[in-house]
Amino acid sequence: MSVLSVRDLSVEYRTTGGDVPAVRGVDLEVDRGEVLGLAGESGCGKSTIAGAILRLLPAKTKITGRIELDGNDILELTPGKLRAVRWTAGSIVFQGAMHAMNPVQRIGEQIMEPILVHGQSGEREARMRAGTLLEQVGLPTRRLDDYPHELSGGQKQRIMIAMALACSPSLIVADEPTTALDVMVQAQVLQLLRTLQHDLGLALLFITHDLSVLVEVADRLAIMYAGKVVEQGGAEAVFHSPAHPYTKALAAAFPAIGDMRFRGRPSGLGGDPPDPQQIPTGCPFHPRCAEVIPACSSVVPELWTAGPARLAACVHVSGAPALEGVSR
Amino acid sequence: MSDPQPEPDVAELGVPVVEVEDLEVNFKGRVGFFAGLLGRKGFDAKAVDGVSITLYEGEVLALAGESGCGKTTTARAIMGLLIPDAGTIRYRGEPLARSRRGLRGYRKQVQMVFQDPTAALNPRQTIYEIVAEALRIHGVPGGPDAKTEEQLVARALSRAGLRPPERFYLLYPHELSGGQRQRVVIAGALVVDPAVIVADEPVSNLDASVRGEILALLMKLREGSRISILIVTHDLGLAWTVADRVAVMYLGRVVEVGPAEEVLQRPKHPYTKALLNVVPEAGGTERPILQGEPPDPTRIPKGCRFHPRCPVVASGRAERLGILNRCVSEDLALEEIAPGHDVACYLKGLGEEP
Amino acid sequence: MQTLDPTPSEPPVLVEEPADLVPPKSPRRIGWARRRRALSAFWKTYRRSRMGMVGLVMMILFILLAVFGPLFVPARNVSVAFATGKPFQPPSLQWPLGTDNFGRSVLSLIVVGSRISLIVGFAATVVTMVLGAGIGIASGFYGGKTDTLLNALTNWFLVIPWIALAIVMASILGPTLLNIILIIGITSWAGTARLVRAQALTVKERPYVERARALGGGDVHTIAHHILPNVMPVIFANTVLTVALSILAETTLSLLGLGDPNSISWGGIINEAFQAGALSAGYWWWIIPPGVMIVLVVLAFTMCGYALDEIINPRLRER
Repeated sequence: MSVLSVRDLSVEYRTTGGDVPAVRGVDLEVDRGEVLGLAGESGCGKSTIAGAILRLLPAKTKITGRIELDGNDILELTPGKLRAVRWTAGSIVFQGAMHAMNPVQRIGEQIMEPILVHGQSGEREARMRAGTLLEQVGLPTRRLDDYPHELSGGQKQRIMIAMALACSPSLIVADEPTTALDVMVQAQVLQLLRTLQHDLGLALLFITHDLSVLVEVADRLAIMYAGKVVEQGGAEAVFHSPAHPYTKALAAAFPAIGDMRFRGRPSGLGGDPPDPQQIPTGCPFHPRCAEVIPACSSVVPELWTAGPARLAACVHVSGAPALEGVSR
Repeated sequence: MSDPQPEPDVAELGVPVVEVEDLEVNFKGRVGFFAGLLGRKGFDAKAVDGVSITLYEGEVLALAGESGCGKTTTARAIMGLLIPDAGTIRYRGEPLARSRRGLRGYRKQVQMVFQDPTAALNPRQTIYEIVAEALRIHGVPGGPDAKTEEQLVARALSRAGLRPPERFYLLYPHELSGGQRQRVVIAGALVVDPAVIVADEPVSNLDASVRGEILALLMKLREGSRISILIVTHDLGLAWTVADRVAVMYLGRVVEVGPAEEVLQRPKHPYTKALLNVVPEAGGTERPILQGEPPDPTRIPKGCRFHPRCPVVASGRAERLGILNRCVSEDLALEEIAPGHDVACYLKGLGEEP
Repeated sequence: MQTLDPTPSEPPVLVEEPADLVPPKSPRRIGWARRRRALSAFWKTYRRSRMGMVGLVMMILFILLAVFGPLFVPARNVSVAFATGKPFQPPSLQWPLGTDNFGRSVLSLIVVGSRISLIVGFAATVVTMVLGAGIGIASGFYGGKTDTLLNALTNWFLVIPWIALAIVMASILGPTLLNIILIIGITSWAGTARLVRAQALTVKERPYVERARALGGGDVHTIAHHILPNVMPVIFANTVLTVALSILAETTLSLLGLGDPNSISWGGIINEAFQAGALSAGYWWWIIPPGVMIVLVVLAFTMCGYALDEIINPRLRER
């Protein structure tokens, strides 16, 4: 059963410089107990999706499509109902969340806040629950009485995870939760997230630009480019045998140590992500693509079959319709 | 260790360009004004505590470690941006001058690339002014075949991959993408033809997709002009792609240094192994992840400074091998275990793990 | 040692136009083009502020009045010895704003006085800005003992009632125009210095300042190229407000009889009116018009200053 189902989601920001389409028709599905990794460059729309799922975007933003979270039609909810759904059905862990803590409030009070707000229990039980949560994220219960400045960056991110877990949500959206952390601490937090997700049977939508992190935690991957999903499939398969040239370039940015092919040969993608207000015709990726053919500037690729349980929006994949001048 | 790798010979390392010897940098602990009146003193943090490294001509040396290990502080001391409490830094055999003029001459030779290109560029300067800045400070080189400032700026921008350069002259940093900004920083360093580039986490603030391009650019600089590059990074995967040699730091000390193939494929120090374990790798089998965080540099553990977190100590193996006493009480220095490969660990010579 | 073999991956060429099509520009021309662009962008934003535009128009009118107005005033109209009018005439067609105790035209006095008021306002502002910016930057950039010392000085000037200080200084130095300018400048730089110091402190910590040092730039270079351009907007917005305050200060000093007795200024006109008992005698035309002029000029500069502040400050915050 899917906990989160996103259908044909489009998001347009209203700015003084005109409307900016950030997400342009995205379908996503996250099942109970599953980790979906959403990857892409900055500006590809991945964080906008996170915001849309919990309706955290500016009020003027135009959102179309359908988002179903735990049986709730998010885009149709009344403000009151929406507040109830946030945190209980789905919660979010941000990148800069470590700085979002109130510096003059004790850790315990901050974890108890969502529990009390949602009226799930009284003060005493809430405190008990906060203690349990701390232990779950690998911190001793006595830390409840600490202030945020007494914690290290990794510990703060653990607290943020505890807060996200507070109301036992079905889905956690993690938006770049480890980007600001040190390598060793990042690995620890990833391990923790993975363990919690597994033990609690959570659905996790993990958003990052770092594909290598996703391979560690995700079951399935969705790669975004210019507001659209361009490749989808099992994490291992997508990372090891990418079908879309964009995914290939992203994967090559994370070499395996010991692999002599990468030694002395850093590789990357040339050019810059497209301006959302001037998306190239045809395949939006074609100006940067290493495998570009003439048809790419006119054919808009859809997510075609690219192998078992694999989809990719590229004219080169096996499931693409026959096009003039395309050889596979 | 079975396969005999062509061992690098010290003679082959070539000419040392920058030599750092026993570098120490302390950050003074601060106490409140009234506590100070009462004679209380803050703890000094030993950010760098006896680091010796050498950068040879034309090589890429990666200085790796967790944040707070002193790698950035070492880089800043090499740049002359802070005054070390002890130790010497020599450039081509000459100790680093502390006088203003001496430093200025040195800084023409040694240039820096910063972690966050957005912050490293003055938002009120055009790209042209940013790149020309070093020329204006050091004076446009004279002589019969002298080029004008504009020609030199154009050449530096082209070398950094911003072409055609004229197109960028009038732009401001905020009009460029992150990758382009980092190219501007690099062009600003290249314009004076430095011999050494110190790059502090040059790609960690960039999107994964453009990192490779920037690294490729840095690598390309060595063609022809024998530039030496010291690259400070937390990412051993990056070290694998670009570095000739790797030095791993922990809590203000270098704990392992050697050729990249050696250090990254046959690590000897338990800390290097732990760092390698957290390089995200596809199909990650369950590898042990080092728990906890490095201790505060105001309270450095006795003995080997890694011992409180060392898996060899924790598993009891150190005790079985009879080195535990030394691990927890005797300070130790780097020792050569293979030509050019130095390790600071009592485990050396006691055989590999079973 | 093994040397790596970096594949020379060609960096992306952004535009496929041959470089020789673009005429090479000299640095000087580049500098000018840059300034033109910055100015036009600034003007575009400024034009959107109604308050700023009204203030600007008023300000320009006042400046035109001060520059050209006195050329049209016959010298005898403002001369004590040769004044042609009778004393204390109420407004009429001949004397639109009446006459004073010597029979001088009040309108002519106001026109001539505008020049002195604005000169004092601008000149005192220059003194204030140079002192304030210099001390603020030195204090913020160098830090340490310099900062402690300069900051103490700044605070001393901030807390001391300026009027008391100005009165003491004026009576010691003597009431000449130059002294008035100096007195106003010396008593009002502290606010600017405090503002500039705060800005210099934040700019100093920016990585581009460290980059300048790493490039080999000394203190002078860093201040001139990085600190000053980034505190300039703060200084600029503050300048316009300071002009208004300086004009008001000059008026105050003249009103207290500490102005230059040899020159005509708006404050001076009011002071003379007071001394001649205009208030009790009901000679309103002698007091109200110069008062209104002062209010209007201060309003004009203040409106411009706030408009500038609104444009400049959010930008500083987002950077």
